[in-house]
Amino acid sequence: MAKLTIAQALNQALELALAEDPSVVVLGEDVGKDGGVFRITDGLFDKFGPDRVIDTPLAESGIVGTSVGLAMAGMKPVAEIQFFGFIYETMDQIASQAARVRFRSLGRYSAPMVIRAPFGGGVKAPEIHSDSLEALFTHTPGIKVVTPSNPYDAKGLLLSAIDDPDPVLFLEPMRLYRAFRDEVPEEPYRVPLGKASVVREGTDVTLIGWGPSMALVLAAADELVAQYDISPEVVDLRTLTPLDEETIVTSVQKTQRAVVVHEAVRTSGFGGEIASIIQEKAFLYLEAPVLRVTGYDTPYPMTMFEDLWLPDTSQVVTAALSSVRF
Amino acid sequence: MFEDNPERGWSLVTDGIEMFPLIQRLDEEGNLTGELGVLSAESLKETYATMRFLRTFDERAWNLQRQGVIGTYAPFKGQEAAQMGAVAALNDSDWLVPTYRDWAASYLRGVPMEHGLFFSKGHPSLGDIPVGKQVLPAQVVIAAQTLHGVGVAWATKLRHENVATVVTFGDGATSQGDFHEAMNFASVLEVPLIFFCENNQWAISVPLAHQMHAETIAQRSVAYGIEGFRVDGNDYVAVANLMHDLTERVRNGEGPFLVEAVTYRLGAHTTADDPGKYRGSEEEDMWGRRDPLLRLEKWLRAQGLLTDEELVTLDAESEQKVEEILAVFREALGMSPLVLFDNVYATMPTNLASQRAQFEARVKEVGA
Repeated sequence: MAKLTIAQALNQALELALAEDPSVVVLGEDVGKDGGVFRITDGLFDKFGPDRVIDTPLAESGIVGTSVGLAMAGMKPVAEIQFFGFIYETMDQIASQAARVRFRSLGRYSAPMVIRAPFGGGVKAPEIHSDSLEALFTHTPGIKVVTPSNPYDAKGLLLSAIDDPDPVLFLEPMRLYRAFRDEVPEEPYRVPLGKASVVREGTDVTLIGWGPSMALVLAAADELVAQYDISPEVVDLRTLTPLDEETIVTSVQKTQRAVVVHEAVRTSGFGGEIASIIQEKAFLYLEAPVLRVTGYDTPYPMTMFEDLWLPDTSQVVTAALSSVRF
Repeated sequence: MFEDNPERGWSLVTDGIEMFPLIQRLDEEGNLTGELGVLSAESLKETYATMRFLRTFDERAWNLQRQGVIGTYAPFKGQEAAQMGAVAALNDSDWLVPTYRDWAASYLRGVPMEHGLFFSKGHPSLGDIPVGKQVLPAQVVIAAQTLHGVGVAWATKLRHENVATVVTFGDGATSQGDFHEAMNFASVLEVPLIFFCENNQWAISVPLAHQMHAETIAQRSVAYGIEGFRVDGNDYVAVANLMHDLTERVRNGEGPFLVEAVTYRLGAHTTADDPGKYRGSEEEDMWGRRDPLLRLEKWLRAQGLLTDEELVTLDAESEQKVEEILAVFREALGMSPLVLFDNVYATMPTNLASQRAQFEARVKEVGA
């Protein structure tokens, strides 16, 4: 089995989808000859031609809005938004249009499409390139929100997202694109949407993360075991909408403690939703308040201070310790 | 006789605008200033009958809102010729992507008229287009559908289907970024699409002169490197012929095109609007004389194709049809509110299912 990066696994998934289904088209800014600014679509233009892998004009609302039309007329667009921060340009076409097509038409029409975007910070990119805006979309009924954190899931989840009958926002952890390799089967396989993964079983505290934050959650888990003799259970949500509440609640009922980790700013972040679900469904099991490790309530910082601003492993360790010692 | 453009059979009205003079075939006095083209006297009589029914429906819908039967309604009175002409050349394989005032256009493409009432009532069936009819559900964000129109036309092009798509929108929509992105995408991708602007002069209370600094909407086409046309939108003969021509050209891969149909919103923006606050009766009277129904009626009468007795019959039939539509509408009001949860996703997520159960209990409790 080949060892691939997340970037390579995603590229492979797109290639398989284009080969499997003639209605799939990949579109976006620089996704053609250039292969995308992160090279996720590298080589696809040469393999499938300009009618399947399409360089669009530079207009995000146009990319998503035309994708809605393509999807309603029977195509399967996989649109790339070059950086997640540019998603604001598309808010109406995602939230008021794509997400409401099925509802608005009583199921007569649907908008099966995937919107891919690099997700999270930590790569010293300019302003509006690193913001974690997932909560805007978990607050939007009608769209699914998916974010892998490793190469195996990246491929399997992207293929599931492309199969899905509803619009899917697919968030790709930007700084993990080439951070490590994993064994990834060459053939197509699906990782189901709406199913969280218990990455590491433990008994003392549940650490919950998704996408880019999984890197520090896993590092923190190692440290908790090695240095503090604490047994953490690690849950990678993988899909934020629809949320796998059962896996979260089952884990917290066992460990009786939870720490949620995300890069997004704290207030109204998705971590608040997780904490709320835990207190509604596992209140009597809890031995400590649910804690959050998040970004601060400022705009995403200038890159000089980016590393300081972003949650890091030590903060996750500290939060887990204070939960256990509460 | 029609020296302006003997080849195409239309005349150009020099209404002070040089770049895109108005294409016309039937003037407001009911005189032909061009040829009937692809239309016949008989077909025009049918068109007039449909137009009169649509007018009856529209006026009745206004009253239904006043009686509390439906909610906010956006009347299309005055825009019948533009809407009917816009879709006159479409067949069952072609697509219509309408805006929320386009019940006349949608009706001609097979969307039952009660959908106009559903939309105003906020009935969940408002966008449940009959299967096989290639019409998208109306949506209310101004100009958002122009991009959907591009996408639909693009899909047909990628599948080599040789069909036409018409996307309709108002003059206010041309201020939106989505409209300009759509024009740009469509022209770059060369999609088989006709942008059909119903320029009814008013975006709620703001007149076109405050909406843009350019003289015409048609000239927007120049900047995108596509052909644009400015047509008398109250002249069905001119609009229908132009659309026959353009639809054919689009199917042959010549699109996209931009059509500005110059018309007028004779009524209010919606039932919640009072045009007396922002526009004068003199202007309304002038456009009243340009009513698309009046000129067609004058012409048909002059040809001896329409009599007073026939009009009485037509009106009785229209009233009867409206009653039938109302009956269907009333029948549909019994829909269960639980339907709200059924079309958020193809498969209902578990947390939504549990919310649905809570809602069901609530519905029982309040007896809805």
